[in-house]
Amino acid sequence: MNRGMAKLCAVGSATLFATGIVVGCGGNSGTDSNQVTITYWQYTFPSKVTEMKKLIQAFEKQNPDIKVVEQDFPYDQYNQKVTAAMHAGKGPDVLNLYYGWIPQYVKQGYLQPIPQDFMSTVDIKNYYIPMVQTSAVDGKYYALPTAVRTLALFYNKDLFQKAGLDPNKPPTTWDELIQDAKKMTITNSNGQFQQEGFAWDVSGQGYHTFEEILLRQFGVTPFSEDGKQVLWDASPNGLAAFQYWTDMETQDKIGSDSFLSAYNTAFEAGKAGMMIDGSFDIAAVKKAAKFDWGVTTIPVLKPGGVQSNFGSFWVNGIAKGVTGKKLEASEKFLKFLISEDTEKDWLQNVGELPAAKSLSNDSSIVSDPIYGPFVKGLQSAHATFFVNETQERQDMIDAVSKINLQHADVKQTFANLVKQEQTIRDQYFNKP
Amino acid sequence: MTPTPVSVSQLPLRGVTLRTRRTLTAYSFLLIPLLFFVCIRIAPMIYAFAMSFTEQNESGFTLSNYQQLIHDGTFWRAALNTLLYVVITVPLQMAIGLCIALAVERVQSLRWFYRMVYFLPYITSTVAVSWVWRLMYDANTGLLNEVLSWFHIPPQGWLSSPSQALVSVSIVMIWQAAGFNMLILLAGLKAVPRHFYEAAQLDGAGKWNTFWRVTWPLLNPTIVFLAVTGVITALQTFTQIENLTASSGQEAGGPLHSTLSVVVYMYDSAFSNFNLQYASAIAVFLFLFILLVTVLQLRVLNKAYEY
Repeated sequence: MNRGMAKLCAVGSATLFATGIVVGCGGNSGTDSNQVTITYWQYTFPSKVTEMKKLIQAFEKQNPDIKVVEQDFPYDQYNQKVTAAMHAGKGPDVLNLYYGWIPQYVKQGYLQPIPQDFMSTVDIKNYYIPMVQTSAVDGKYYALPTAVRTLALFYNKDLFQKAGLDPNKPPTTWDELIQDAKKMTITNSNGQFQQEGFAWDVSGQGYHTFEEILLRQFGVTPFSEDGKQVLWDASPNGLAAFQYWTDMETQDKIGSDSFLSAYNTAFEAGKAGMMIDGSFDIAAVKKAAKFDWGVTTIPVLKPGGVQSNFGSFWVNGIAKGVTGKKLEASEKFLKFLISEDTEKDWLQNVGELPAAKSLSNDSSIVSDPIYGPFVKGLQSAHATFFVNETQERQDMIDAVSKINLQHADVKQTFANLVKQEQTIRDQYFNKP
Repeated sequence: MTPTPVSVSQLPLRGVTLRTRRTLTAYSFLLIPLLFFVCIRIAPMIYAFAMSFTEQNESGFTLSNYQQLIHDGTFWRAALNTLLYVVITVPLQMAIGLCIALAVERVQSLRWFYRMVYFLPYITSTVAVSWVWRLMYDANTGLLNEVLSWFHIPPQGWLSSPSQALVSVSIVMIWQAAGFNMLILLAGLKAVPRHFYEAAQLDGAGKWNTFWRVTWPLLNPTIVFLAVTGVITALQTFTQIENLTASSGQEAGGPLHSTLSVVVYMYDSAFSNFNLQYASAIAVFLFLFILLVTVLQLRVLNKAYEY
């Protein structure tokens, strides 16, 4: 390329860039006037971002007239970006969100319902495993998942061995878990943790463990069918479950929420014997763990007792206000993202389980030593219907802090917590 | 081909006086920053102000956000905490800054080195500083509890204790701001004319008297400046609290709202509760509060000294 050409190119690209700024980030660019550009937003989760970029390339090959621009933002800032952009009319065409945020996104008018001619409500019910039905708001679907996640018990075989436990016999009941954890917990004379037996926590997977696993195993259905009522205290067993769960930290002292900044950090650093976590962390554990580890299914209360699991998923939706050619392109992209091929690819590269019914019993996945326990968990998995996921979690964190840091009465704190959680739901359902 | 120079008188502004022309030139240079300022600062401010009088998904004027604010216990907790941040950090960081400045002034050799060392925290990224402190504060594995254990003092909760968390955050803020205060006070000390000190010495004034009668009054403008900017910064504290107390699943301001500031509460309302209207009302409150405090401070601190 000679210098004149280079200069021309530089000027050209500068002009293009400038026009891009003026037009805003959704405009058509390039010479082909038939080409449609759509923007896709997700949060920065390294394995997902890499996978998504690969998928977009494949999609663009199949659809040469569509260009997908991927943008990702850190998790902590994601909702902030979406809120600001949507209010300014500069949002993406297709966006990724946690299923628990759907009710609020719908209320704010960020999403449009999945067009019936694209995929009807019945089609969606038939295509997906039952857990996905939780994501419907007033019977309508606004966003669809590629994959789902369940929880399982990760355990550090080296620490089991060191504590004199059989590294191939992880606990199957909660009482066993507490006993094993006690043997692996090391504290100094001041009571400070050097190593925790079980990475007990609230803010990560802990509050899901209480809401969807322990409550159900104690015989309590956490919410009413329509999601409007909090039923944790419907029977005295609710309080018993709460007491049993918080006692792990305050009485049994097998782990602490504040140890090493996060439960999974502690486990990955080899400083926790066990943790409950989702399949999405498998990649991170593989990368960080310098020890032998295994995965098993979530404990039950008594041998042969109720199994329960928490399921969750991220979904893709089309933004409100997207019409015409962009809507067509967005629908095509969405269809591609939920296809069985994409789901299989996603399991391989991201570690999340396929959301389609047809793939949930795939024998090669069920027999996998690491993915197997997660797939088994799918059968008893419940996805909580959140109306304000952040606030619901924060109230739970605060309740535990009161018990743990201020030695508040467990019974009283639990009663207040149920009231607060109910208020959040009342506010959501009563305000138009 | 060389361009012929164009003299000013040949421009179409021939009938305009030199003075007007100069003014016009000044304004034309000011126009771009002004436009920028209006678009980026003033317009969103007015927009936010207007938004605070509306409700989510409803049109029309309403005071409901402000009514809700008055009855919101968490908000008042945040307001009280913010005041505590101001009361704890501003006087202490100025006092420490002044002590360091006076000491550094005395030092003859390597003065640049001391200036740099004390100023370094201020120019280091607040996020990085906060995270290092966060690790030092860790109740189980942190350095501070380790040091305490050498003296057989029981480990403290620091950031995880509702009664110590606010002070712990304040310490980080003071540690970072003291260097800035030192630098500005050093400049203030330099501006005190030498002959005042000589005169004081001739009159037989002691060191203590010289400080209170000469240095202190002449530092007054510097102190006013530091007090006003310090208070505004403390009222707007966000980064330290966010990085010291938030985690991926936990909102900033914990445990149990003990470190929550007004700005952090505003952020949580806007971006985790998606209520921009309510957050705007909090922003308006904060704006009025800062305005009030600043006016008061200027009145009280900026009194003239008679010499």
